[in-house]
Amino acid sequence: MASDRAGSEPDPDAPASRVQLTLYVSGRTTRSQRAIRNLDAICRQMADYEVRVVDVLEQPDLADRDKVLATPTLIRRLPPPMRRIIGDLSDREKVLVGLELQALDDPIPPDHPEAR
Amino acid sequence: MSEPEPVLTKLPTHLGGLDFIFEGGLPEGRTSLVAGTAGSAKTVLSAHFLAAGIREANQSGVFVTFEESPRDITRNMASFGWDIPSWERTGRWRYVDASPSPDQPGVEIAGSFDLGALMARVENAVRQVGATRVALDSVSAVFGHLPDEMTLRHELFRLVQGLRMMGVTAVLTAERPDDHGPITRHALEEFVTDNVILLRNVPEGEKRRRTVEVLKFRGATHRKGEYPFSIIPGVGIVLIPLSASGLLGGPSSAQRITSGNTELDAMCGGGFFRDSIVLVSGATGTGKTLLSTEYVRGGARVGERCLLVAFEEGREQLLRNAGGWGVDFEQLEAQGTLRIVCEHPDASSLEDHLIHIRDLMREYRPHRLAVDGLSALERSSTTRGFREFVFGLTSFVKQQGVNGLFTSTTPTLLGGGSVTEAHISSITDSVILLRYVEVGGEMRRGIMVLKMRGSGHDRRIRDFAIDGQGMHIGAPFRNISGILSGNPRHVTDEEIVRLDELFGDGLG
Repeated sequence: MASDRAGSEPDPDAPASRVQLTLYVSGRTTRSQRAIRNLDAICRQMADYEVRVVDVLEQPDLADRDKVLATPTLIRRLPPPMRRIIGDLSDREKVLVGLELQALDDPIPPDHPEAR
Repeated sequence: MSEPEPVLTKLPTHLGGLDFIFEGGLPEGRTSLVAGTAGSAKTVLSAHFLAAGIREANQSGVFVTFEESPRDITRNMASFGWDIPSWERTGRWRYVDASPSPDQPGVEIAGSFDLGALMARVENAVRQVGATRVALDSVSAVFGHLPDEMTLRHELFRLVQGLRMMGVTAVLTAERPDDHGPITRHALEEFVTDNVILLRNVPEGEKRRRTVEVLKFRGATHRKGEYPFSIIPGVGIVLIPLSASGLLGGPSSAQRITSGNTELDAMCGGGFFRDSIVLVSGATGTGKTLLSTEYVRGGARVGERCLLVAFEEGREQLLRNAGGWGVDFEQLEAQGTLRIVCEHPDASSLEDHLIHIRDLMREYRPHRLAVDGLSALERSSTTRGFREFVFGLTSFVKQQGVNGLFTSTTPTLLGGGSVTEAHISSITDSVILLRYVEVGGEMRRGIMVLKMRGSGHDRRIRDFAIDGQGMHIGAPFRNISGILSGNPRHVTDEEIVRLDELFGDGLG
């Protein structure tokens, strides 16, 4: 579950994951839960990824830093360029297009354990 | 209000005189919608609202920007003397940056959303600096970033409710499609707020005219109608009229001062009233500038300072003219009883002229203000704008207890009918007319005190001559009538005798 990693700082010594995502939600609303669930389902398709969930009520300063207005907002920090997708991520197609995940399918190295 | 509403307390804004039309301030703890077209000074008003709070009331503020970046706002507002970076360092000003970031070329919307992050950030910022005031500028921009009008309307409504729960007094700006159409795009006024203020910036003549109007304050009073304002470097928003006293009564002081000409003093019943405004109107060359020169000299003789603002003539010309009548303006300046300021009438707007004169007066503290060539300003403005200018100027001059003498040029050589006269003579306390009079093939000059509020005066038209010493007022024109209308007519002695008999000695 992506939400298991909520709020945890990435280990600075670990090599950076190829895909880094931050999901901003506002409190434990049904909309927040839905967004987390939807993201979790999408992430299962990815190999080397890292997800961080931020609750704006607890960490408004992080929302300031990323200039987030709407919740939920999903930010793809890596790979560049930065992408953001707004909403509870129920429109799966739009999320995949927005994250450019289709394009990411090919470049996964063939020797990667999750490569198919 | 037809239904009884609780009377709200108001928060004095100290915002460029706007508290005058707010009748004390903005409804406290509420949000006021400020709607205006692009370029109507919404951002300046928002920033001034916070700056005034910091400077005048020691109240911190939060600026939520949806359009410009905080960096741009800080830079643009520096010209008003607002040192936002230092206020940020001391925790009195806090930005919430809701402007579009460069990494958002287009926003992908994949499902339902709310503005929870924005609300959390605003609330956090308000708490951090202990804000009393919040400005949100301009929320219309958010409709551009997040194309879901239904959700946004609902969420902005929640945001305003949230601000109310925080107890802050807020201004929320929104874009108007044009100056006289619907109040805002997306009809935000329908649900966002009970208090609506309109900013306008409409072309008038060759210039633009800025006005502010309170459309409604729910449960609280305010002044109605549009009030002009200006944006002044180093100051910010300045409302016209400058004086809150508004209404002009007659002179409240019975003290008289000299016009600088003994005969004219006698015609006025003993001089001008201390806090009155005198309009001198006449064709070119009838002696208006001479009258203001004598006015300056008369004041200087008793140690009164005079500010001379000239719109029609340059400094050199003024010095030469005065020298020709035996008055050394440079010497008066050296001794501190005179300051000459020459202004180009078209160089700035009427509002800016007005504010400049006010600032000069505050700095120099004159006893007298002579404005030579007021009519030059009228040529480049509308009647309404000009009237407001004169009204604003007279209100301020009178409030300061300063005597004012304004001259105005009539367009025709013979007779009168100056537009300026018609528009502003009711505002001034006294009106003196200077006219050319053709008598037996010779051009003579006549002077008359047309109006002297609060005092009796000589009602006759008198002959006057000009020489190297100045103006010499002589006898009344006895056998001429129709001077004021520009059609002098010789009247026989028999008729004068007959009229004299009819009216006693009331006619000359």
